[in-house]
Order: sequence, then C-alpha cells, then structure tokens
Amino acid sequence: MELIKPEIGLIFWMTLAFGIVFIILAKVAFPIIGKALKKREEKITEALELAERTHEEMRQLQADNEKILQEAHEERDKILTEARATRDKILEDAKAKATEETNRIVDSAKETIENERKAALTEIKNEIANISIKVAEKILERELNSDKAQLDYIESIIKETENNK
Amino acid sequence: MKNRHIIISISFLMCFFFGINTYSYANGAADGSEKTETEESFNAGEMIFEHILDSYQWHILTWKGKHVAVNLPIIIYNEGHLYAFSSKHFQHSDTYSVTENGSGNEVVFSIPKEGKYKGKVVIIKGDEQVRPIDISITKNVLGLLISCTLLVTLFLIVANAYKKRGEKAPKGLQSLFEMLFVYVRDDIARKSIDEKHADRYTPYLITVFFFIFINNLLGLIPFFPFGANITGNIAVTAVLAAFTFVITNVFGSKEYFKDVFNTPGVPIFLKLPIPLMPIIEFVGCLTKPLVLAIRLFANITAGHIVVLGFISMIFILGQMGAAWGAGASVLSLIFIIFVDVLELLVAYIQAYVFTLLSALYFGLACKEHHHG
Repeated sequence: MELIKPEIGLIFWMTLAFGIVFIILAKVAFPIIGKALKKREEKITEALELAERTHEEMRQLQADNEKILQEAHEERDKILTEARATRDKILEDAKAKATEETNRIVDSAKETIENERKAALTEIKNEIANISIKVAEKILERELNSDKAQLDYIESIIKETENNK
Repeated sequence: MKNRHIIISISFLMCFFFGINTYSYANGAADGSEKTETEESFNAGEMIFEHILDSYQWHILTWKGKHVAVNLPIIIYNEGHLYAFSSKHFQHSDTYSVTENGSGNEVVFSIPKEGKYKGKVVIIKGDEQVRPIDISITKNVLGLLISCTLLVTLFLIVANAYKKRGEKAPKGLQSLFEMLFVYVRDDIARKSIDEKHADRYTPYLITVFFFIFINNLLGLIPFFPFGANITGNIAVTAVLAAFTFVITNVFGSKEYFKDVFNTPGVPIFLKLPIPLMPIIEFVGCLTKPLVLAIRLFANITAGHIVVLGFISMIFILGQMGAAWGAGASVLSLIFIIFVDVLELLVAYIQAYVFTLLSALYFGLACKEHHHG
C-alpha cells in the first residue's frame, strides 16, 4: 500500500518547506499584519468613543436648549398673564371712571332740569299773576256798564287768555 | 453569482483536462510501452493511482501518443554519497549507472515496474534491490515548493498592502486574507486557548490553516504546475500533524503532563502495578495527531478519487460504444461538477478542522488551572 506509506523524501522536503514558510510568515508577514490590525482596531475604538462622546455632548446640548426654551416659554407665559391682568385692571378702572363720570353728568343734568323747571314754574306763576291782574283790570273797567255785559266780557277775556296761553 | 460562475467554469476546465489526459494515456500505454496490443482497455485504477501517488515525472499531457512531461531531478543519498540526476534517463532504459568519483565503483539505479519498490528508485546490488534515502524533487515536492512560494508571495503582498495602506480599510486580496487571518486568530485560537497563551500559538495556526487551504485549492486545479495531490499525501499530513504534536508537548504545562502520566481522580490500582491509565493517556496523545494526519489525507484523497472515478466512467462506458460514452460523459460531468464544488467546501472545512483541532490540543496542553 504505497498510498498510506509516507516517503522519507517528501517528509524531508515537507518539513523543510513548511518550516521555512512558517518562519518567514511568523517573522515577516504576521507581525506587520498583526500590528496594522491592532492599530486599526485602536483607531476604530477611538473613533467609536469619540462618536459616543460627541453624541453625549449633543444630547447634553439638546437638553440645555430644551431647558432654555422651557424657561423662555414660562417667561412668556408669565409676561402674558401679567399683561392680561394689567389690561383687565385698566379696563376695570376705565369703566369705573366712566360710570362715575356718567353719573356725575346725569346728576348735573337732572339738577339743571330741576332748576329750569323751577324757573319755568316761577315764570308761569308770574305770567298767571300778570294775566290775572290784566283780567282784573279789564273787569274793573266794564263793571260800570251792566251786569250782563260784564259777565260777557269776563267770559271773552277768559277765552282770550285761554287762547293766548 | 460571479464566484459561482468561476467555480463552475473551473470545474468544466478540470473535467476537460482530465478527459484529455486520461484518454491519451490509454492510447499511449497501448502503443507505447506495452507494444503487445493486448492491453487496449482503459485501466481506471491505474489512472487514478497515477494521479493520486507521487512520481518522478510531472506528466502534463499526451499528444498523439507523445508524452509531454517535466522530468524532475532525482536526488539520492547512499552510503555517504549524494547522487543527483534527471529522471529522463529512465525514460528509455530501465537502469542508469553512475561511476563514483573516488573509488570508481559503478552504482546502478533502476525504477522497478513490479515488486516491493514499484515505481521507486532503487540501487541494484547483484540480484537485490536496495532502497536508498531518496530525497528527489518529485511531483509532490515540486508542487509543494510551488504552493509554498505562492503562499509566501501572497502573504508578503498582503503585508506590503498593510504597510502601504496603513489604517485604511482593506482592499482586494488584503481583505480576503484579513478575513481568514482574523477568523483563525479570534475564532479558532483565542476561543480554544487560554487568553494568556493564545498569541503564542497563533502564528503556527494561521500558517497551518493557510498552508492546508491553499494546497487543497491548488490540488483541485488540474493544470501544471498545480494539481499535485499534496494534502492528499500521507507524508505531508503526517509532517503537519507532527508539528502539532511537537508544539503541543513542548509548550505543555505541568498540569498537562500530570494529567497524562498521573491522572488525578483515578483509582490507584489502575496506575501502580501495571500503569494502565498512563499507557491509555499516552496512546491518546499519539492518536490525536495521527487522526489529524489521516483525516486530512483521507478526505482530500477521497475527493480526488471520486472525481477521477466519474471521469473513468466516461472511458469505461466509452469503450462499449460511442453512444454509451456520450451518455456517460453528460451524466459524469454533472456528478463531477457537483463533487468539485463539494471539494471546494471540503478544502475549506478540512483546513478549518485541522486548525481547530490543533488549537484545541494546544488549549488542553497549556491550561494551568485544573477544574474539578
């Protein structure tokens, strides 16, 4: 069975060849490759860490921004509330003042009207007195003629006054 | 998709080549050496073994009855003398004589066609055939040297790429090698061996992985200067296994040797009058690398035999008639393509298994804390 009988020559060459290949690869090729791989690994790790850090910073920044925004919102709301209160107060005051003014005007108008009325009444009284006096004067003038005439006359005068009125 | 195309086309080419080779060989044998015209039929077993086994010639093809082959140098060491001559001297005659410089003795070399040393160089002394120390550059040795050169060249190219590209992402060949390199380092070595010791074994494991993988792949290419059955040769796998065995034991920790020769937790009567357990454990140490060698050898050889068997079928059936041959060739081709694709998978798996098991043995041998 030649198939399963190792030949000394091939064993010799195989040992030699494999040994040389092993030494060349282990001494020359593998250190270069291993070092390059390690360097790249480190670089990738670094890059990943940097990315992580940047991400964290970004998140921090975002959080800060949000906080600032929140604060700004609150501030705005406060200002708005205050402004609304002020406006309401001003309106209230204005209304109150307006009412007061109206009342005052109405009061004074009423007073004026009262005064006018009183003045008019006085004038009417005076007029009535004058008319009465005139009537009396006319009556007295006609007394002498007759009773009947007198009465007619009074009648006409009253009518006249009524018409004049 | 692209890779699949390449694999299929390689398989096609492979079948094509084997076809030509064996066909002409059948003819060549008939009108060449035999001359009797009785051995017209195609001998599948001979053809397969011609491919699987080593030889002093690298037969490339036979064209119109003429062999095209590379005659490789024969190097013989015998009784303090080193002889080196080309194997072409055996092409036309059965013996080759060399006169020694000092004593003037004539040494007669021959390659017997029959007997115990069939196909091997022997020295004829009277009636006896003596097998000297034969370190010829045979087909397998040349194939081995070619694949080793290729492996070293590829690794130097890759290392150069790392130097040049610095920390940039890998590209082309570099990324293929990096993938396998990192895989062996991280998933085989570092997972099987204690973290402290893993890096000590990694160079060997990576070398073994790439060595087996590249030789397996080159063994599938049917063209000269590839296609030598290197990892399917027991001597090659035995040397690889011996390396693993030596490294396992040289770097073995005290606990490991204690486990072997004085296994804890085993009753004393299994150790003392007859050292039963130590013998079993010691045999276990030897069988591990032996199994490594045989597994790789058997898997690769079996793959080659199956492919060659299907090819032989074309010619065996072809002798029954042209129609039979045509039918068989279509059927065989389908099977050959299937087996070749399977062999690509086996090429990787066997490299992986050898490396992984080596790593596991290293891991067992260098662990320091005994559990249990």
